[in-house]
Amino acid sequence: MMLFMLLFSRQGKLRLQKWYNAYPDKVKKKITRELVTTILARKPKMCSFLEWKDCKIVYKRYASLYFCCAIEQNDNELLTLEIIHRYVELLDKYFGSVCELDIIFNFEKAYFILDELLIGGEIQETSKKNVLKAIASQDLLQEDETPQGFFDDHGLG
Amino acid sequence: MAPVRGDGMRGLAVFISDIRNCKSKEAEVKRINKELANIRSKFKGDKTLDGYQKKKYVCKLLFIFLLGHDIDFGHMEAVNLLSSNKYSEKQIGYLFISVLVNTNSDLIRLIIQSIKNDLQSRNPVHVNLALQCIANIGSRDMAESFSNEIPKLLVSGDTMDVVKQSAALCLLRLFRSSPDIIPGGEWTSRIIHLLNDQHMGVVTAATSLIDALVKRNPDEYKGCVNLAVSRLSRIVTASYTDLQDYTYYFVPAPWLSVKLLRLLQNYNPVTEEPGVRARLNETLETILNKAQEPPKSKKVQHSNAKNAVLFEAINLIIHSDSEPNLLVRACNQLGQFLSNRETNLRYLALESMCHLATSEFSHEEVKKHQEVVILSMKMEKDVSVRQMAVDLLYAMCDRSNAEEIVQEMLNYLETADYSIREEMVLKVAILAEKYATDFTWYVDVILNLIRIAGDYVSEEVWYRVIQIVINREEVQGYAAKTVFEALQAPACHENMVKVGGYILGEFGNLIAGDSRSAPLVQFKLLHSKYHLCSPMTRALLLSTYIKFINLFPEIRTNIQEVFRQHSNLRSADAELQQRASEYLQLSIVASTDVLATVLEEMPSFPERESSILAVLKKKKPGRVPENEIRESKSPAPAAVQNNTHAATNHKVNSNANADLLGLSTPPANNAVNNSSGTLIDVLGDIYGSANNNTAIYNTKKFLFKNNGVLFENEMLQIGVKSEFRQNLGRLGLFYGNKTQIPLTNFTPVLQWEPENALKLNVQMKPVEPTLEAGAQIQQLLTAECIEDYADSPTIEVNFRYNGVQQKFSIKLPLTINKFFEPTEMNADSFFARWKNLSGEQQRAQKVFKAQQPLDLPGARNKLMGFGMQLLDNVDPNPDNMVCAGIIHTQSQQVGCLLRLEPNKQAQMFRLTIRASKESVTREICDILTDQF
Repeated sequence: MMLFMLLFSRQGKLRLQKWYNAYPDKVKKKITRELVTTILARKPKMCSFLEWKDCKIVYKRYASLYFCCAIEQNDNELLTLEIIHRYVELLDKYFGSVCELDIIFNFEKAYFILDELLIGGEIQETSKKNVLKAIASQDLLQEDETPQGFFDDHGLG
Repeated sequence: MAPVRGDGMRGLAVFISDIRNCKSKEAEVKRINKELANIRSKFKGDKTLDGYQKKKYVCKLLFIFLLGHDIDFGHMEAVNLLSSNKYSEKQIGYLFISVLVNTNSDLIRLIIQSIKNDLQSRNPVHVNLALQCIANIGSRDMAESFSNEIPKLLVSGDTMDVVKQSAALCLLRLFRSSPDIIPGGEWTSRIIHLLNDQHMGVVTAATSLIDALVKRNPDEYKGCVNLAVSRLSRIVTASYTDLQDYTYYFVPAPWLSVKLLRLLQNYNPVTEEPGVRARLNETLETILNKAQEPPKSKKVQHSNAKNAVLFEAINLIIHSDSEPNLLVRACNQLGQFLSNRETNLRYLALESMCHLATSEFSHEEVKKHQEVVILSMKMEKDVSVRQMAVDLLYAMCDRSNAEEIVQEMLNYLETADYSIREEMVLKVAILAEKYATDFTWYVDVILNLIRIAGDYVSEEVWYRVIQIVINREEVQGYAAKTVFEALQAPACHENMVKVGGYILGEFGNLIAGDSRSAPLVQFKLLHSKYHLCSPMTRALLLSTYIKFINLFPEIRTNIQEVFRQHSNLRSADAELQQRASEYLQLSIVASTDVLATVLEEMPSFPERESSILAVLKKKKPGRVPENEIRESKSPAPAAVQNNTHAATNHKVNSNANADLLGLSTPPANNAVNNSSGTLIDVLGDIYGSANNNTAIYNTKKFLFKNNGVLFENEMLQIGVKSEFRQNLGRLGLFYGNKTQIPLTNFTPVLQWEPENALKLNVQMKPVEPTLEAGAQIQQLLTAECIEDYADSPTIEVNFRYNGVQQKFSIKLPLTINKFFEPTEMNADSFFARWKNLSGEQQRAQKVFKAQQPLDLPGARNKLMGFGMQLLDNVDPNPDNMVCAGIIHTQSQQVGCLLRLEPNKQAQMFRLTIRASKESVTREICDILTDQF
């Protein structure tokens, strides 16, 4: 089971965090700080896996973003790398050549896509087509709604 | 500003841009506070907000929270969004709740109501949103509220596949916090049959759930094994086009394959049915075969997915530990990976091999890769890979390669990363102790550790070397000599001073004969370090000094002078001052006898606690480092549970893997107790001498002494006291129960062949059948030597511990030499007798290799304990040792002469025995061979 997933930039800015275990906020912050520092200090050709506390960390860098997952001792590291890759593929397909900015400005979408891929830290759907279909049907529901707030937004911050 | 999709919230995008444009942290905080104030006023304002506005503000709050700021309002607005009839508003509401609501929030009732409504929805998108939220919160409240709906949703025929997938994992999440949520009975088989579902996505999700259920109740879900094996077999043999979108970079359903392989690892043996077993083995072979095929794509995703399945298959093979052929193939495959260019693969191969090294079937195979692994330890660029190589070397270490591996680890330690030094030190210390056949080697290794990585040598390590030196007479002289030499280095580590101080305090006398290490020299050497040390070490050195007064009365005044200096204000430390004053008084007031009693040599430590292993385990939580070979599938619980030397040694004899098997891994439930037990066994092994064919414990030591601990494990300690006069002997055996519960049916049985019993008559008094917890009972034995005999009797101790039958065989210290009477004689009469005993049957001679290094004082000590008189000034060569004695038997007295000639250059001994009876000549010669 995946324990959590963190996305952060080369500058160490956290872009997305998903926790599959209940940790107190303080602990979450501490874990994040520690891992961001540890991983940013690693060199490119190093192994993508680390032993950390009583779990394993699997991470991979895509352009300016680091994707970092914590998994349990028995979980499969290589396949966790491919969960990350599948997620990146989905983001890429959805946003069309995804970049860090897409995830910053549409963080809620990034969460929705992740929720279709993983539930409770386990992979729910491995087929790219099926996940995209699910996201598309969500979007379809939204398109029925009129963007009535558009005008209200002017004049507001 | 980045483009926003049609449903985007412009206000949010503007806000995010503002934050990104902030030049400083202060500016950002200021902007955020402004926004928070704005949102707060909107929420509190009189104007009712419409859904869109609420969504937008809630989303802003979420963004602020994700930036790392605390959010203490907005929850109510988010909960309101849940019941919105606009999907996008509902979705943001759920997201806020998932990220920000903690499990015991007051709002949980309201949330649950909204979720209930959405679960009823006919639109699967709504249902899934609700399920995802339940899983994201995953609290007990959730489990209680939905314990009916979700299991139903999962097995109902009407449920759409996408909902089933979510329901399976949602249920899994709830099961983790509230295991009682799962219904039993008929439901079980319907769950299991999800493995046969048409939809690969459903099977994948269900397999995760079933894996968790099996862990809790393996018997109830046993039916899943057959289905899992056949599903796996179908996937593995499928072509990559068969599975369409579930093929990932030309690998058919890697996620499902890995999950099924994991699921099967919950059972051992995986299956009892030969047909299923055959199909599984075939499948595993196919996976191994595919690993050898050329890759279908150059992409790393292809290789990762393929190897993910391969590694999981290897995990299953290791877990079953019953198919030698598969284990060896797995090992070869991993061997190839050791030199792959992907760091990740090298890392995983090393890790997986650690487990293969603990299987008796593949241990030898793993050892073939030793050179590559040593190279990995030295050359890998990534410290975590180097560390894994160290782990593997540790796991593959056994008696045959221990010296080499320990040496390589020591070499590497000089340049090793600081982050792994401490752990390496522990590992080296454990291996050196476990596999020492010669304890001088052990002493060398530990002193090297202190020299190379003194800062990383924890207390446990240096305590341990002292315990071992104190418990092993044969190494004491060597240890004293070696620490003395080590201390002569101009800069030596404080840990070296501690070890040196302690050992010289106990055994400095053993090297005091050499003028280069005369008492005063030893004392001055130690004292030259005193001022550089911490108070704790100084205190230890003061104790060494008082012991010196006892060992070397001739330097008493020098030492008293030092005590005097430190007993006053010069010692700022109160403890040191007090110690110095008290030792000074002791040395003045006490008579030599009193001093000798007070400062007597340390008694042996109980042979059980190497706390080093415990420290190592603490350093690696979750992953216990292993250097033990599992016994493959031993059905006999007794054999597995009492991981004692005697019991396992029987096995050893029947197996070619001898000492490897002797160290079987204890079952998990008493792993902690037994982990130290394993170390004792190993120590016992050394005394019992590995090639001896009978189960004995420490007996050899008793050739040279009459009292001590004869046997000890975590349950039982057996002590012995014995005395002999003429041809009669009396032994007291003391059985101590070390456990918290009584040992029942306690029966020691004497084993001594009838024809032997005619020569040595042993009588044993019976003992009470119950040995209470923590109690000790004594058993008296009498022995009468009628004529000379070979070997010595054994007692077999049988008892039940905690319902498990235990049995140990222990040699009694009743060798023929116990009936020696020492005989004093001068050189003339010695040589006259020597010449008289020159008949063929009266002579026996053996040449053997000395224990490393050759230890003459040690040999003398042993001979003195052997029972004969050690005669000085008889042999013209002062290095040679000669002895004389008479063996008393009822029928006759047998005169016996001994000569032991060391050859320092060749590191050999020549032992010559001359006696008036052939059988005595041979027996004495035999029992003394290889003892020096």
